Amino acid sequence: MVWACEEEMRRCSNEECERLDIVGTRRDMIRAIRASKTAAEERAVVRKECAAIRAAISDNDHDYRHRNLAKLMFIHMLGYPTHFGQMECLKLIASPGFPEKRIGYLGLMLLLDERQEVLMLVTNSIKQDLNHTNQYIVGLALCALGNIGSAEMARDLAPEVERLLKFRDPNIRKKAALCSIRIIKKVPDLAENFIHAAASLLSEKHHGVLITGVQLCIDLCKISTEALEHFRKKCTDGLVKLMRDLANSPYAPEYDVSGITDPFLQIRLLRLLRSLGKDDADASDTMNDILAQVATKTESNKNAGNAILYECVAAIMSVDDNGGLRVLAINILGRFLSNRDNNISMGSFVILVGSNYFRYVALNMLMKALAVDSQAVQRHRTTILECVKDSDPSIRKRAVELVYLLVNESNVKPMTKELIEYLEASDPEFRGDLTAKICSIVEKFSPEKIWYIDQMLKVLSEAGNDVKDEAWHSLIVVITNASDLHGYAVRSLYRAVQAAGEQETLVRVAIWCIGEYGDMLVNNAGRLDIEEPLTVTESDAVDVVETSFKSHSFDLTTRAMCLIALLKLSSRFPSCSQRINDIIVQYKGSFVLELQQRAIEFNSIIGRHQNIRPSLVERMPVLDEATHSGRKAGSVPAAVSTSQGVSVNLPNGVAKPSAAPLVDLLDLSSDDVPAPSSSGGDFLQDLLGVDLVPMSSQSGTNQAQMSGTNVLLDLLSIGTPPANSSPSTIQVSPSNVDTKSPVDLLDRLSSPSAPSVQVSTTAGSSPMLDLLNGFPSSSPIAVTEGNGPAYPSIVAFESSSLKLTFNFSKKPENPQTTLIEASFTNKSGEVLTNFIFQAAVPKFLQLHLDPASGNMLPANSSGSIMQKLKLTNSQHGKPVNIVTSAVLVYSDSYLIFSVIPQKSLVMRIRIAYKVNNKDVLEEGQVNNFPRDL
Amino acid sequence: MIHFVLLISRQGKVRLTKWYSPYTQKERTKVIRELSGMILTRGPKLCNFVEWRGYKVVYKRYASLYFCMCIDQEDNELEVLEIIHHFVEILDRYFGSVCELDLIFNFHKAYYILDELVIAGELQESSKKTVARLIAAQDSLVEAAKEEASSLSNIIAQATK
Repeated sequence: MVWACEEEMRRCSNEECERLDIVGTRRDMIRAIRASKTAAEERAVVRKECAAIRAAISDNDHDYRHRNLAKLMFIHMLGYPTHFGQMECLKLIASPGFPEKRIGYLGLMLLLDERQEVLMLVTNSIKQDLNHTNQYIVGLALCALGNIGSAEMARDLAPEVERLLKFRDPNIRKKAALCSIRIIKKVPDLAENFIHAAASLLSEKHHGVLITGVQLCIDLCKISTEALEHFRKKCTDGLVKLMRDLANSPYAPEYDVSGITDPFLQIRLLRLLRSLGKDDADASDTMNDILAQVATKTESNKNAGNAILYECVAAIMSVDDNGGLRVLAINILGRFLSNRDNNISMGSFVILVGSNYFRYVALNMLMKALAVDSQAVQRHRTTILECVKDSDPSIRKRAVELVYLLVNESNVKPMTKELIEYLEASDPEFRGDLTAKICSIVEKFSPEKIWYIDQMLKVLSEAGNDVKDEAWHSLIVVITNASDLHGYAVRSLYRAVQAAGEQETLVRVAIWCIGEYGDMLVNNAGRLDIEEPLTVTESDAVDVVETSFKSHSFDLTTRAMCLIALLKLSSRFPSCSQRINDIIVQYKGSFVLELQQRAIEFNSIIGRHQNIRPSLVERMPVLDEATHSGRKAGSVPAAVSTSQGVSVNLPNGVAKPSAAPLVDLLDLSSDDVPAPSSSGGDFLQDLLGVDLVPMSSQSGTNQAQMSGTNVLLDLLSIGTPPANSSPSTIQVSPSNVDTKSPVDLLDRLSSPSAPSVQVSTTAGSSPMLDLLNGFPSSSPIAVTEGNGPAYPSIVAFESSSLKLTFNFSKKPENPQTTLIEASFTNKSGEVLTNFIFQAAVPKFLQLHLDPASGNMLPANSSGSIMQKLKLTNSQHGKPVNIVTSAVLVYSDSYLIFSVIPQKSLVMRIRIAYKVNNKDVLEEGQVNNFPRDL
Repeated sequence: MIHFVLLISRQGKVRLTKWYSPYTQKERTKVIRELSGMILTRGPKLCNFVEWRGYKVVYKRYASLYFCMCIDQEDNELEVLEIIHHFVEILDRYFGSVCELDLIFNFHKAYYILDELVIAGELQESSKKTVARLIAAQDSLVEAAKEEASSLSNIIAQATK
């Protein structure tokens, strides 16, 4: 076989070619097109040809119709529109001679597809040709129907095709068999008509008929269970015998492919046997022997043999269990994997292709085999690992997927080692995949935490920029949970950052750990035996953070983390406090709002609030692993559940007075303004996403939403209100201060009122604004002279006809219980009768309703119904201590400060009554309860 | 099932296309562009299968020509390589040391051969000899018709002389 290369061809064609001005034969046109030097020239030739063809079409020229169509097909192949030639095909098909029909059918298949309306017109011609006396014309019609037949044609012509399955010439029978496949695929209802005819094809001798007949049976089995049952019962034995004859047949020159007799037929037989043996013990039993024979005897040094082996393996994997066979099959795949022959010869030709395709198919099969017999697959682990390093990306991808499935507790260490080693050599586009897989393997199967930390550090140092957020988040969670490894982790991270400071996620984790455990870095606390001693000074640690902070290649998240780490270090390393402050001050004018705001806040903390700083930057509470994994699944709200950890972590439950300013610093959302009515402020609140709305009552849910959904909200509105800042103050105050002084006190607290919004707005423009003292204040909280706090009445519910107010009182000896006096008034002009009030509260509350004072409400607010409710809050006062520490929550990739409040009260209510004998039902939710009930 | 067959030259010129699944003209152009971009750029050491839109494209290069066949995920790639080779051998036998030029100038012949080999995306005949015989028989039918036509026109010409 001689393949002239393109240049050579062009040259000789140019020699042959003289440009023809008159439109000539197909050959001439092709020459002219090939001689065109530019695309424009080619277009010109095509345009001229098309014009001539159109003219010929409109002249209804008979003599050159087939030549014109041939030209059109070539033009079509070049990508030019040729729809005007479609009718010519139909005319040629309708003409009586074989040559015209031949080219007509070819044009039909080439220029049309089954979706074109024109096709409907040809059905009749095909029908006639299917009944033609010339068998070659019948063949043409079958071929066209098989290749482009639509569902309608299939329905119309199915009886003809069925008949042709019994035609005297085998070459027509084989075409009819393939045509039947098209028909049953288009119209599955017709499948049962073909079952018996297909079964009879299986007993033929002609290989073409056998191949197509077996294929027809395979497709029938897919469509109809009836067919499957029929073949299983009637044909299994015959097929097994046929397969055996083929496998044992002597040399048959006509069907020989590199020493194997008709691999195509063998492959199809195996495939049909696979369908028959699947989920059927008897059929599987019948074919076990022949499968074993094929698997052991087939030569595997040629592609044809391997194709058969491959099909045989697939068959063994799906027929009913036979342990021995499966091991055999998986070993064949193992052999495929180690096949590195790059120049497999096929027949007498040496093919210029890389032939590592055996790896590809073997990996595909092993993936399937894994579900059946993972033990046998495990044995080929090393070879599979080898494939991860293949030069072909599709093989690498398969291999990594397979490795991922193969890893278990016992082999995780060597496998990870291999993968990480490979990570160093892998090319960039593959790294993302690979790191994700390694991280997930390491996380899932790590035998011990120190190993996990080590491996993750390796991955981060190697491919830190490809690591997904969840992966480094989990690493942090694991580190916080391993209290004995804090020192080890921070020191290893310090070393790693020195070596690979450009890997962003590595830097993030390192910065976080240095911020948290910086002291352990310096004093070598908790040093493990395996560690080498490390001397780091305080300023070295700050250096690392500063370098990363000032690096322009890192994004906002990293830099924000650096800033927080600096704040933490300023307290851990008092000697560096001034230096840190200097760094922070530089960012007070940063254009990045987040950095600017934090810089201003932190500057203020360092400069003015030395006394609260240590408690403020205490170590993070241990992050809850369960919560974290829950968060990965996207369900559990982070902040809410971390509250548990916080209360455990903090030593005392008493609010320190100094904690109060912190509230405002860290929490820009203001507290419960009874109704968000301040009109001017609203806009700003919206703009900045500050939750002014009675957050105290919905904070639970709000927190969850905020952490996940709204990034802007995360950035700007920070957290939820500090629930218990006031009671501590208030409970102290009545004893030693007069009634006015709490207001003064609260003044300093910049208490829960709208103006606190100004913090965030003005902070941007005048950084020097005193954050803590700059607010006017108006406290909504009144303090009664007597015992215990009093709470303002609220309008719990109001509709066009009804108004419900709650009055609160508490007995000092039982602060958990609140007595609510509900009073209903009727604003409408009609009398309301059969009045019933119902209420529901969350589980942590208990509600007791006393009977109402009546069930009739007079019109026009002229009277009211009173009802007493007793509400017991099991969570009362529980998270008091939270205010003393800001909790760092990383929510997605943004870091936010969040203060977790006492659980707030919420109540759903339902009021039913009758107006003019008509039932009315009103429902609502009360969430403007005063805080700390 | 084979969804389509493409023959693309190393320069990206399409030499033969055969579609067994319905694709609109627009999709066909897109598929050809996409696949030639993927296949022609693959290095010689890479395997002969490309995963593409949930299908597998099996290709094999003969000199300057790439033979591509698109098959289903669960089909046997190794066998498709064998089918491609089978096709090439038949072409070779028919044209006698086939080269790209043969397929350009006699593209219709290549299609006829393919139609004797594959129908409805399934292999039809495993014997090269049978295919060759069938093609030869049909070619001779065409020749006979031509001769008849020319002798007819000769008779007419003589009669009208």
